Parts: sequence; C-alpha cells; structure tokens
Amino acid sequence: MKSLVELGVKPVDSLINEKNDKRWSIMDKLLLGLSPGQYLGQALRNPFNWILGIIFAIGLPLIVYRFIFGLGAVTHASNDYPWGLFLGFGLFCMVPLSASGFMLGTTVEIFGRHDFHPIERLALLNGLLGYFFAVIYLMIDLGQPWRLPYPMFWSFGPAAVLFLVAWHVATYLSVQIAEVSVAFFEWMDWLGGKRFIRRITIGLTVSGIILSTLHQGALGALFNYAPGKVHPLWYSASFQWIHFFVSAIPAGLCMVIVVSTIIKKTMAWRCDDGFLDSLDRCTLGLAKGASMGLITYLVIKFIGVAHDNEWAYLATGWGAWFLFEMAVGVLLPLVLFAYAIRHQLASLARWGAVFTVFGIVLNRLNTALITFNWKLYQEIPHIFEFIIAVTVFAIYITTYRFILYRLPILYSWKEQPQEALAPEAVKAAPINTTPSAANAVYRKID
Amino acid sequence: MSGISRRKFLAASVAAGAATTLAGPKKALAVGSFSGYPDSMGVLVDLTRCIGCRSCEAACNKEQQLPDPNLPFDDMSVFDQTFHHGTQKRRTDESAYTVVNRYKPEGRDPIYRKVQCNHCAEPACLSSCFVNAYTKTKEGAVIYNGSVCVGCRNCMIACPFNVPAYSYSSAFGPVIKKCIFCYDTRLKDGKPPACVEICPQEALTFGKRKDLLKIGHQRIQTHPGRYIDRIYGEKELGGTHWMYLSPIPVEEVGFDPRPGNEPIISHVKDFLGVVPMVLAIWPALFTGFHLLAKNQEGHDDHEHETGHQQGSGQKHDDEGGQQ
Repeated sequence: MKSLVELGVKPVDSLINEKNDKRWSIMDKLLLGLSPGQYLGQALRNPFNWILGIIFAIGLPLIVYRFIFGLGAVTHASNDYPWGLFLGFGLFCMVPLSASGFMLGTTVEIFGRHDFHPIERLALLNGLLGYFFAVIYLMIDLGQPWRLPYPMFWSFGPAAVLFLVAWHVATYLSVQIAEVSVAFFEWMDWLGGKRFIRRITIGLTVSGIILSTLHQGALGALFNYAPGKVHPLWYSASFQWIHFFVSAIPAGLCMVIVVSTIIKKTMAWRCDDGFLDSLDRCTLGLAKGASMGLITYLVIKFIGVAHDNEWAYLATGWGAWFLFEMAVGVLLPLVLFAYAIRHQLASLARWGAVFTVFGIVLNRLNTALITFNWKLYQEIPHIFEFIIAVTVFAIYITTYRFILYRLPILYSWKEQPQEALAPEAVKAAPINTTPSAANAVYRKID
Repeated sequence: MSGISRRKFLAASVAAGAATTLAGPKKALAVGSFSGYPDSMGVLVDLTRCIGCRSCEAACNKEQQLPDPNLPFDDMSVFDQTFHHGTQKRRTDESAYTVVNRYKPEGRDPIYRKVQCNHCAEPACLSSCFVNAYTKTKEGAVIYNGSVCVGCRNCMIACPFNVPAYSYSSAFGPVIKKCIFCYDTRLKDGKPPACVEICPQEALTFGKRKDLLKIGHQRIQTHPGRYIDRIYGEKELGGTHWMYLSPIPVEEVGFDPRPGNEPIISHVKDFLGVVPMVLAIWPALFTGFHLLAKNQEGHDDHEHETGHQQGSGQKHDDEGGQQ
C-alpha cells in the first residue's frame, strides 16, 4: 500500500471521489478506492499477510477440530488447571489491555482534554476489539458456548463474580460498539446515527467507567475464589480487585502507545497529519497517565504484601519471580517514562509502554496459570492450545487492520466540502493554540 | 452537552442500578453467616479403619452408572499410580466420583484416604456458579443441574478440595461431574450413599452431622493415642458434611492443613460489597468531574493570561510544555 501511495494513489477518505465528483460506492470504500487487481496485488506483496496466511492455515482447522472433538482434544483436559491459555491469556490479558477505551473516553469527554482527541478513536477501537476477542477466546474455552446467554436470560447466579463479569462485559461491549459506531456512521454517511451517539456520549462514557471499574476489578476478584491455589504474592484477600483494576489503567494506555507505534511504522499512509503530528505529544501524555497508574500499582502491590505479611515469600524462588515481574514490568517502565517525559523523548516512552504491556501480561499469566496451583504442580499447556491462542490473536490483528484501513479512526472523514475546510483551519492555526482550535472545531461538529 | 444527554444518562444509570439492587438482596442472603440446615446428614470417615479395599469406588461406579474403569476395582496396583512427575496421586474425574489413595507415613502401616465431594455447608462451587446450577439441599448434599452448565469451570477453580471434574471427553454436551451424595437415588429418601452402605470396615459412618461430631469427639476422647485431636471438616472452610478422623497430621494424608475456617465466599465478600457502591457513586462523581472540567475550560484563556496556577494549573503547565 505504501508504494501505491507513493505512486499517487489516494486511499478513500471522503464521501466524494475528487476525480469525478461522484460518491464512492461501498465496494470502492471496501477496496480503499483501488481496483480489485490493485488491491489484491498490494495484499499479496505484504509479507505479513503471508505470515498470517500460514497461521490461519494451521490454526483455523484446529479451531474446527476443537468444536468437533471437544476441549479434551486440544488441551490437556486438566481438572486441576480448568483455565488454560484461552482464559489465562485471552480473557485475563486482553481485557486489561483494552482498558484504553474507557481511559481515553474519560480523558477527552469527561475531563474535556480535547488535545487527546486525535488518538481517542484508536483507543476506543482498541478497547472494543480487545473485549470482542476476549469473548471469542471465552467462546472457544466454554464447554458449551451456545449456552453463554444462560446467565443473561435463563438461569441467574447473581451472587457469583463471574455473573457480574458476564453482564458487565456484555453491556460494556454494547457501549463500546456505540462509541466506535460514530466512525462507522461517518464512513457509511449515516449522519443521523452519528448525531444520536454524539448526544449520548457523556452517558456512554460514564457507564463505560462504571462497567470498566467493576469488571476489571471482578476479573481479579475471580481469584478470590481460590485463596489456597494462587501463590500468596499474587493473591491479596483485600486488594485483589483493586490490583487488577489499577494495573489495567497503565495496561490500556500503554497498549494504545504500542499499537500507535506499530501504526506509525506500518500504516502511515492511512493517518492524516492531525494524527501523525500530534502522536509524539499524545504518546508522552499517555506515558504520564501510565506512570501515575504504574507508581500507584507498585505501591499497592507492596501494600498487599505487607497487609498479608508475605515478606518471607520474597526470599523464595517464587519471590524472585515476583520481584522480576515488578522490576521489568513496573519499575523499568517507570524509569523509562520518567526519563522520556523529562526529556520529551517519545521513542523512549514507547519502549516503556512495551515493557508495561509485557509486565501486565506476565502478571495475569502468573496469577491465572504460572503460580496457580503452586502447591500442586506446574503445567505447560498443550501445543494445540498455543496454536489456537495464536490463531485467534492473528484474527484479532487482521480485524484490527481491516478496520483501521477503512474507517476514519486514524484520519478525519471529509464529509462535505465546507466541513472539509475545518481540519485545514486547524492546521493553519499557530501550533500552540492547536488544542483550543481543535476544541472549537470539535464543538462545531457536535 | 445538552440536557437531553444527562436525562438519558440518568435513565440508563437508574436502570443499571435497579438491575443490581434486584440482585443485591439475594446476595446478602447468600453471604450471611449460615450455620447449616439443622438436621442435615453427613458422613464421618475414620482413616484408621479403612483398609483400601476400593469397594466404595466400585459401589459408586455402579450406583452412578459410570463407565467401566481401565483397571478392575480389585486391582490394587492403582495405589502405586502417580501423575505429573510423581507429585500427584489419583483424583476424582468424570468417570470416578470417588477414589481411594494410599499414603505411606514413615514407620507406620499405610493409611488409605477416600476422596469425594465433602459437601461443604457453604460450598465454594455454589457461590462461584454464574448460572446457579448448584444447590445445597436440606439433607446436606451439594447437587447440581447439568442442564444449565455453561462450562466456565469456575467451580473447579473455586473448590478448595479440587473435587469437581469436567467431562472434557464430550464435544457437544460437556458438564461438571462430581459426587452428589447419591442424592437422587438414596439420600432424599433418608438412605445412606452407596459407598457407605458397602464399606465392610465401617470406616464410613452416615448420620446427622451434629451426631457425627459427637461420635467423632467421643472416639478421640476414648482413644487419645489413636487419633490426632482434630475432626477435619468440623470447622474447616465453614464446615463440611463429610468429615475425617485421622491418626496422623492431615497434611500427611494429602489435606491442606490450614485452609482456614472461613467459607470461600468470605474471601469474595469484600469485592461484592464494592459493586453497589461503585454503581451508586461513580455516576455522580464522574458527571461531576465533567461539569467541573467544563467550567474550567471556559476560563482557559484567562488562566493562561494571568498565569494563575491554582487547582488545575499543573495540568495547563504540562500542556504548555508539550506544545
């Protein structure tokens, strides 16, 4: 695609085809304004697509195999480790990494920090897709996924933490679909839908915060059911939910930094100047937020150790593993962020984000799998389980890219000629007034 | 934002609040301190009497119509089986709701311990189930309704005794499988479960839980050298309906010696209490933040001009630095 753009091909970013003054058809929009031949050509030239192809060739038949022959065919069918990679990674890692939606929604819509507006849609999309694929992982893991509506409509267990997770994830998924649908409505030119969502934005955002607080926390509280099974250093009777909730904040913010970095490197053609020019500033802003989250997380983790008087465990092998997680996943990014923010080095902040994401993933895997059953034995998941987990993640990446290519997430949609002028006005304005100018434009569109 | 948005938002939060308040009272009932149904039944397992004949396993298999085992029930080589690099003995699974394991304490004859569901007074499986598949019956059994089981396996995570198993082998109808105290076929008619009835050693005593506790303490008192002074399950994890008398410390027969006396649900109560508070407080809190932030925006330019740095001044400074 990059080479095509260099040749002068312009991907669809507006309602009207400038060349012939006609509206783009859905087909044109789907193919980014390329001819089918051009589109196929660029897809085949991209080596990443070949890697995805190989993963799908192996993984998709395995997913079919799992549904024909049952979970026992692709896992160790363990009664001691009922939750494997599908939940350990798919649910417990994907959900905190998707906290970006409610974080940026809050920043922009509630606190009125419209200077983060360029990255808000990416954060919302990151949230939506993360949750959606967490549910996909869940569907693969559930013994009878077709019964997933049972706790919603059929048989209620309201005193169970998982009941809360089910309801909140389902509700929050709808909230996120509504939030992201604005981009879709623009793309489809359904302005009525867009106006409607705009009107309920604050409601959606606040319900997003409520639901996120509760189910991010609830994922932690699920482990309160297993006080004797999770290693004490990863278990806190009083603070488990708040550990999970607080760590989700830097996780979500840093996931946006990581994703936006990948986009900048591989998809710059799709971003408009508004996105690219503000990315470094936004990255450092997100890094500040993430540092706040991380330092709080570090403190409350050790408060957790102190509260349950678990210091002695730090001297054991598990303790070393715990300190490694804290050092590489929390302390190191904190140092990197501090230096990056002090010296305005967005690229260093990006490394901090990578380590934060690594740290959170390690924490969730430690809690759900690695230190789980620490008194019994350690289990390495079945190779098929790994392959299926990677395949679903590859589908996630593909879907993510498909949407980013098309919907106005990284660029602003040019609806009508007179409105198309507005973003240019922003660009023309002196750079230090950008946020307020952007606010003004934003309010006008409202 | 217009007034409409706030009204809509309020309507939405009232609906959400109502949904949780409806759930609330039930929760409160479930987590109140429950000391058990008064005349519920239980079983006292006397480890000094068990000879490891495995007839209870055979009786269970027949009563629950489970598939034939790989090795016949009179094959004692199963006691030598270990799993996961020799760290684990046999456990319950989808085709065996009870198993007997052998322990060889130093300088003693081997001790056999029967494993099955201990039928907790406040079961962890029940409190973790999001479709309410589990029921604690007034007779003392913890039974479950497989026809609503979604297969999340949270109960297996929650069970402190690692009892519930999953029928992984089934592709289209896997459900949880565990001992149900022979509830359907025996207990509800007042009869003892199949394993108790067949035991040739009277190692298993069936009776009212409160009577079993008396019997247990009496045995300890009469034979102080024979038993350790503990009925495992009397208080552990809120009390169980299957209880154990052991001649040696319980960790030597594979029990967690200090599981705590609180039922598992107590560990989750803290969080469950947070839920209605967040639902009630967050809407006003964050809408309030929004209103405050909006107000402050209006004074944006003024603050910058006069260089005021009170309250949100820090934030503006940051902004300035980044530009």
